[in-house]
Formats: sequence, C-alpha cells, structure tokens
Amino acid sequence: MTNLLLQTPEDPASAGMTIEQREVEGLSQGTIVRRRFFRHRGAMISIIALLLVAALVYSSIGVNLFGVQIPGWWRFGYEAQNTIINRGNPTWTLPFNFGLHPFGQDEIGRDIFARVMRGAQQSIVVTLLFGSIAAVIGVVIGALAGFYRGWVDQWLMRLTDLFIIFPILIIGAVLGRAVGGLGAAALGIGLGFLGWTALARLVRGEFLSLREREFVDAARVAGAGTGRIIFKHILPNAVGVVIVSSTLLMSGAILTEAALSFLGFGIAAPDVSLGQLINEYQGAFQTRPWLFWWPGLFIIIIALAINFIGDGLRDAFDPRQRRIPGGTGPYRQMGQVIAGWFRRRPSNAGIR
Amino acid sequence: MNTRRPPLLSASGLSVTYGGSVTAVCEVDLEVAEGETLALVGESGCGKSTLGRALLRLEPASAGTITFAGTDISRLSRAGLRLARADMQMVFQDPMGSLNPRRSIGAIIAEPLRQTRGVSVADALRRARELLERVGLSASMADRRPHEFSGGQRQRIGIARALASSPRFIVADEPVSALDVSVQAQVINLLGDLTRQENLTMVFISHDLGVVRHVATRVAVMYLGQIVEIADRDDFFAGPEHPYSEALLSAVPALRGDPSEVVRERIVLRGELPNPAAPPAGCRFNTRCAYATDLCLTETPALREITEGRMVRCHFPASDPDGRAVAAVDRDEDPIEHTAISSPTKEIA
Repeated sequence: MTNLLLQTPEDPASAGMTIEQREVEGLSQGTIVRRRFFRHRGAMISIIALLLVAALVYSSIGVNLFGVQIPGWWRFGYEAQNTIINRGNPTWTLPFNFGLHPFGQDEIGRDIFARVMRGAQQSIVVTLLFGSIAAVIGVVIGALAGFYRGWVDQWLMRLTDLFIIFPILIIGAVLGRAVGGLGAAALGIGLGFLGWTALARLVRGEFLSLREREFVDAARVAGAGTGRIIFKHILPNAVGVVIVSSTLLMSGAILTEAALSFLGFGIAAPDVSLGQLINEYQGAFQTRPWLFWWPGLFIIIIALAINFIGDGLRDAFDPRQRRIPGGTGPYRQMGQVIAGWFRRRPSNAGIR
Repeated sequence: MNTRRPPLLSASGLSVTYGGSVTAVCEVDLEVAEGETLALVGESGCGKSTLGRALLRLEPASAGTITFAGTDISRLSRAGLRLARADMQMVFQDPMGSLNPRRSIGAIIAEPLRQTRGVSVADALRRARELLERVGLSASMADRRPHEFSGGQRQRIGIARALASSPRFIVADEPVSALDVSVQAQVINLLGDLTRQENLTMVFISHDLGVVRHVATRVAVMYLGQIVEIADRDDFFAGPEHPYSEALLSAVPALRGDPSEVVRERIVLRGELPNPAAPPAGCRFNTRCAYATDLCLTETPALREITEGRMVRCHFPASDPDGRAVAAVDRDEDPIEHTAISSPTKEIA
C-alpha cells in the first residue's frame, strides 16, 4: 500500500485502523463511492439486468426517436396481426428453441414478445420521467421548507398536503383522458408533478435536523450564501434519503402506470404498456395465462432492479460506512435469506 | 496592562432574545482590544456561547450594536457581512459536528477563502494544504473525510479553517471541552502559538478556569446573560471582585503547598441557576449570593469600573470591605432571608 509511506508514526488516525478503514483512506470521495457501489453485488446484478432488459427492449422492436424510426431485429411489429400458429401458445421450448412466437400470440395473432417489448419501453420512459421530475420538485420543496421553517415551511407543507389529497390514480385517469394521445412521456411528466409529496416530506425532515448541525453554522461563518449552504453543504448529507426514496418512487411509478393502464386510463389502446397488456388479457387468465405472465415478469424485473440499485447507491454514499461493499440493507438481507434457502435444500436432500 | 489600545471589536447594549421571552444575553457592553485574548467564563446556560455567536452575527441580536474595526456590522447587509466574515472567524465546540462529513478536509478549510476572499479553488486548496502543515497535520490528508480523524485532529482542522481567510478576530467556543485532557493541552498550545504569530484577537469561551488562566489576557465572567466582572487575567486570579467570580474560582481545585496558589475557602453556591425567562429582580445573582442585602433585591447594580480596567456588577465587591462587613453578619443564613441590613455604605454607581 503506497500511502503507508506517508504516514507519520504519531498519526493516530491511521494507527488504530482496521483493514477496511485503510482500504478507504486517502481515496477521493468519488472513488470511494464508485468502489463501494461496484462491490455491491445486488446493485451490480441489477444494473446488468436492467441494462440487458433495456438493450433487449430497445434493440428488438426498434424505437421511434423524435419521428425517426430506428428498426429493430425482431421480425414482428407490436401492432401487426399474424397468422396464429401453435394455437397461440408460446413456441419457446427450453432451453434455446425460441420458435416463431416465443412468448405466444393473442387471440388476433399479435406477437406477445413484440408487445411486451413495446410495453417495457413505455414503462422505462414513464419511470425515468416520473422519477427525475418528482425527485427535483420534492428535493427543492422539501429543502426550502426544512431550511427556512416558519411561514415558508407552512405554505409549502400545506401545498404538499393539497397534492397528497388528490388521489394520484384519479388525477392520472383525468390526465390520461385529456392527453391520452401523447402517450408515455405525458403520463410520466404528469405523474411526476403529482408524485413528489412523500419525498418532499422526507427531505424536509432531514433538513430540519441537519440545519441545526454545527457545520451549517461553520459554513455560514465561512461566508457561504444560503443557496450554497442548502445545496452544497446540507443536501449532500441528505443524499441517502433522496436516492432511496426516489428509486422507490421510480419503481412505484411502474406500478402506478400499470395500474392506470390496467384501469384503462393510462396509455390508450392502439399503443401498448405493461399494465395495459395485463388489462387487455385479464379475460384470458384461465385459458392463456402466459398473456400476462410476460408483462408481469418484466414489471417485477424492472421494479426490483431499480430498488436494488437504490440500495447499493445508499450504501455507497454513506461516509460512515467503513467497509467498501455495502452493509446490511433490506434487499441484501432478503437476498441472503433467499440464497440460504436455496443452499439449504440440497443438503437436506442429502440427509434424507 | 492599563494602557488600553483602541478596541478592535466592541458591543454595546447587545441583547439576544429567544422566543420573545428568554433573554439569553442581556444588554452586554464589551470591548475587545486588538491582540488580546478575552476569556468569557461562566456556568452552562449563562449565555456565553450565545454572546460569542452573536458577536459574529450567527445569532440575531434583538438589540444593540456590534462595531468591528470601525464598521457597524450589526447593520451590514448579507453581502457586506459575507465580506466582513473574512476577518471574523470561529472555532466550534464540537470538532465532529462542525466539520461537514461529506466534504474533504481540503474543501472544508478552503471554504472561507473561496467564499469571503473569492480565491480560486486551486489557490484555496494550496493554502489549505499549507494550513494543514501549520496545525501539525500532513498536507497529504487534504483528500480525507472528517470521520477518518481523531477528536484532537478534527479540532486542529477546525482551527485551520478558522485561520484560512487570515482573520483578525476569532471566537473560540469551548474549543477543547469535547477533547481528552491529554489532547486539550496540545490544542490549547497550538491555538496560543497561532494567536501570537498572527497577532490574532480572540474571544475564548470556556468554563474551565485552568485553561482560561493559561490562554487569556483578560477575563469576563458571565452570569445569567450579563457580564458581572471584567478584569485582567492576573488581577482576576489574584482576587476576584464579584461574589460569583469568587465562587467560580474557589471551585477550581488547588494544589496545597503551591506557593503561587492562593488557597481559598471553598464557596458552595446554593440553589439553581434561576429561570432566564424570569430573572430575579434587582441583582440577578441575589438568589444565590452570600452577601445579598435588601438593596440587592431591589436595585440592579450597574457594571462599573472600580479600578482602571476592572469592571464589576455588584453593590458589595470584595475590594469594598465596609460593604461586605455589613453583609457578613448574615453570612450563615439563607441568602434570601436577609432582613437586618442597614443602608449600604456605598452609593450605586
């Protein structure tokens, strides 16, 4: 280790340190965060899974970017009606024999794989727009309310209450009706302007406690202006809350979109979303369940992956976390339980 | 010591009120001469930290003015205050809490330079590294976070930050009370050395009279939001004037047999610090004072100069044996139940 050379003997900071601490010592904040994040197994698996899903989803049926149609490699479009083969059952036989319609077809012969891909694209757009808009609004409102307190806090929190009163599903339904033609982007933006309330309250709480810390006084004595104190000194200390709850928001957005579309208000019929697929095929639950296994599976994969990434980011940003890989977040624990469950089964079989 | 230089910082009629009723600092008049170290002492809750913070306008003053180097900083705009802060810095009590856990040591020390003097990031960081060396740390530590340091090292970082903008005036708010005794001495010595080298003026807030004796050139005693005594250090430790100062000083453990030490009778104060929202009428110390008379219950004593450079807020200071003699009759009774006291021998100033 190179920085052993720089340590003077009377340097108590490095004298009583554990190996884990030595590992993080002398590295810049960015490097530490990156390293911790890269060693967080759940987050890395999720990132890879999410990237693979995104790559699959966008490359397979192509994407329409601002009017320019980029073609994909999949042979069917999501709206095309094809001749029904195999009575609409999935042609995918394990392991790698995909056949013509691996996910099956619906009753008028549309390819489910193409439709699920299109639905997942919509879900990703909604999620990203919703997450980023809600996070920005929530952080700004929560930060201002918590920092200034007094009447600013009163007004902003009553505004927040007002937004909480509106049931997001009903507003979403109205929005979906009004701007239905605009599709996923409009839905994501609209939901984003409604869904920031929980984050605003959390950020406000963090700010209420952080603003009393002595380093805020220190920043003021150092001549930092109010904006700098809020966004440069206090906000980085609230980053854990922001990241965790905006990832939760984002996975919630997928579910909200699914719910809205399931109710028939989100993304309208000629276009496709995961929730809308489930809605459309709910009548086939008894006879052809694969029609909504596939969209359901993609909802779960995307929502879980985003949650895991949030878990990893929170662990990575915690400066008191001495160990480089993440600590014992809830998802990690869940993963360990599942892993232990899988591990136990063969050994039990051996005893028998 | 009696020839005073013009004050670098002076406060007059400075009051700080919380919630409209609790007066934490009550009409304090204070002058700090250039180059001196004024110690503010008193028990917990007497308002010494609040006064220190109010001097830097960290705490909004409800009344009074603060003049620093000729400008009235109590009326400065936000931008003007920001520039003024280059010359007025603070060392905080809690060495961990006052360092932002998310920022590197270099960024923390560079902040005052960047914000008050408009120095570029690279230059400010270079200066931060120099300062780290000066406070006895290594320049290579500039990239580390506060949690990697021990308490004493963190306080050194706090001192480096306070010195970054080359200020003329520093408020040190109990800078060593959170540290181990073994580390206290190092930090105190460092602070003393730097103060001398930079010709800093300092207000040193402490409740540890041993430390005060070591660093201060002048001592101000606070009780319940008021300054009750101001004296040069040697005069103060040789013989305090105010009964409260006497009690404070008698509580400092003394080595018997040390010829330089005046062995004092231990004065144990009875009762609690009164509620600052409803301070007692007359002298604020009358509920716990051994010499209190009827006069003390009704007449508020003014802070008056009894000898040059020595101010005391008491009707019967120790240097006035006649007054004390009258009160001494009742020495063993409950201090509140003084009855048979004749008129005071001394007029109220």
